[in-house]
Amino acid sequence: MSTATISGRKKSFLSGLPVISHVNKSVGLQRGMLITGLVLTGLFLLSTVLAPFIAPYGYSQLSDASGSFPTQDAPSSKHLLGTTVGGYDVLSRVLWGSQTAVTVIVVAVAMSIFLGVALGLLSGYFGGWLDRVLVVIADAIYAFPSLLLAIVMSIVISRGQSSFWGGILACAFSITVVFVPQYFRVIRAETIRLKAEPFVESAMVLGASSLRIITRHIFKNATRTLPLMFTLNASEAILTLAGLGFLGFGIEPSSAAEWGFDLNKAMADASSGIWWTGVFPGIAIVLTVLGLTLVGESINDLNDPRLRGRKRAGGKASRSKAAAGTDGKNTGATTAPEPEAGKA
Amino acid sequence: MTTLIEVPDVEPDAVAPKSKSAGGGLGRYIVVRFFLIIPTIFILVTLVFFLMRVIGDPITAAQGGRLPPDVLAQRIHDAGYDRPIIIQYFEYLGQLITGNFGTTITDRRPVVEMLSTFGAATLELSINALIVALAVGIPLGMIAAQRRDKATDAFLRCFAILCYATPVFFSGLLLKLTFSVWLGWLPVAGRVSTRTELTMGQLAAPTGIYWLDALRSGDFTALGDVVSHAVLPAIALGLLTAGVFLRLVRTNVIGTLGKDYVEAGRSRGVSEFRLVTKHAYKPALIPIITVMGLQIALMLGGAVLTETTFEWKGLGYQLVQYLNARDFVAVQGIVVLLAVIVAFTNFVVDVVAALIDPRVRY
Repeated sequence: MSTATISGRKKSFLSGLPVISHVNKSVGLQRGMLITGLVLTGLFLLSTVLAPFIAPYGYSQLSDASGSFPTQDAPSSKHLLGTTVGGYDVLSRVLWGSQTAVTVIVVAVAMSIFLGVALGLLSGYFGGWLDRVLVVIADAIYAFPSLLLAIVMSIVISRGQSSFWGGILACAFSITVVFVPQYFRVIRAETIRLKAEPFVESAMVLGASSLRIITRHIFKNATRTLPLMFTLNASEAILTLAGLGFLGFGIEPSSAAEWGFDLNKAMADASSGIWWTGVFPGIAIVLTVLGLTLVGESINDLNDPRLRGRKRAGGKASRSKAAAGTDGKNTGATTAPEPEAGKA
Repeated sequence: MTTLIEVPDVEPDAVAPKSKSAGGGLGRYIVVRFFLIIPTIFILVTLVFFLMRVIGDPITAAQGGRLPPDVLAQRIHDAGYDRPIIIQYFEYLGQLITGNFGTTITDRRPVVEMLSTFGAATLELSINALIVALAVGIPLGMIAAQRRDKATDAFLRCFAILCYATPVFFSGLLLKLTFSVWLGWLPVAGRVSTRTELTMGQLAAPTGIYWLDALRSGDFTALGDVVSHAVLPAIALGLLTAGVFLRLVRTNVIGTLGKDYVEAGRSRGVSEFRLVTKHAYKPALIPIITVMGLQIALMLGGAVLTETTFEWKGLGYQLVQYLNARDFVAVQGIVVLLAVIVAFTNFVVDVVAALIDPRVRY
């Protein structure tokens, strides 16, 4: 964290931006992983935006001018990735699927951040019985298998029906319930720490209202880790959405393209050797999750001096030394002998 | 496999001296921690109960539209679902305490019996998967830590992330395609073939855990059959967790490899292999045990997907069936059982962590 601000002050505005500063800070393998992640995430977002233009057919299109599509047709020039058992074009559904994924992630994570941050701030700042009750509830939910919770929620919310927005919202709400405790825990812990900081105490002494202290003094400082949590959670949200779809509690195929649902339908095909209906949506899920995870992980590692790859000897070392210094004594002990371990 | 055997012997020699000095502190910690299970289960039970009732009463949900309205109303009245929800809630809690989970609506089985039948299948799957996860994750994690920042490490880290990024049902699909459809080595789905199931059905008291039953029947073709069915699901679910173990072991071993006592060992001429497997590995285990508790939850979620993928007739497979049939009494039973399992594993994990590391106790 601290290095981001240090390099931001020294260099231009552009290199001070979070992701770009991370790319600059990384070396070798770590840089490779970060860039791979960024490229994959970029492709994912690109196909979201461009799906209406580059997809050969609509996601629920079953026929074109030359007649209805064949079912379970092997990849050909007309259907580059073949067709499904229902007669949908696989390539089109894979491309449109990214749109569904992005919508669900954005809605789900936005709602969880809003709820989680609000509850975390209140709970951490005021403490007392509210805090205890919320912590116990959050812990109980957090410990429970998230997919099961999402299944139960989706049944409760959608009751099996699903228009596009109905299905999307049901999935998003289900994922929200799972994520709120995570944000809640992080923000609450930060708030409790910040509450004891001198600048908050001085604001209290000056007579600032609780609302003002929370919104102006604590909020900004407590939410610094949110972008990182967002990238890590986004990949989990995609997996949950796909899991819901795979189990048949997601979105109907006629109202949106959803990778998990397509995989569900492809399961029966696999037994008879039809591979294209399942492999391509599956690869789409893997690449998307991989991209988001690589970005999140790399940023996480780069923020932690103990995990950061070391720059080779020379002038460049100064920056990582500064980072290790700010992180305190306990990390100094672990970082010091590491060059030895690396050499051996 | 050697690493698997090493795991338990950490506890005795770490525990023996420490638990003596700590005395009553540990006992009190265990008792307090045990009572913390209760609110966790209570909250989840409450949450699930009210969520399920938001939709309506279970009988209408399962059989509405199929029965004439007056019969339906009569059934609802008989089952007591027309009383105030608060009364139903306390009645339900009372039933749970006495171990009465009710009767499923669709197939009229006692929920407890249903849970024990399918629970055995899920238990078997989880144990198999855990074995795969530990056997793959721990050695590879140690290798990655030892070859830190080299090509091997890079490859293994990518493998770990790939494990996490691949949904169970997709890896299941790929495994099925490769080993069942194209190579024809292993069966596509199910827990066992019908013939073996009949052989094992003749046993006096079947445990429901098939490889135990097959062993007891003494029939080696049966055992082979059971094992061949178990391989693919175990790998699909095991790899998911193996990635997490790999990364955990790697991070923690890297942490301990930097400690002074490892340096001291190296200066005395202890081999790099021994440094990693003996000196750095054991202390690195503590955080891994803690995280294993959370992995159990992940694994149970993954089990639902794995069981559906491989038509493995366990709790997860059955949960999906009951959900589709809108049998909420059965669903509630399964979810409550899973909540109990999760809460209890977390308790066990916390106690084990406290036994190994006295700093955990408070």
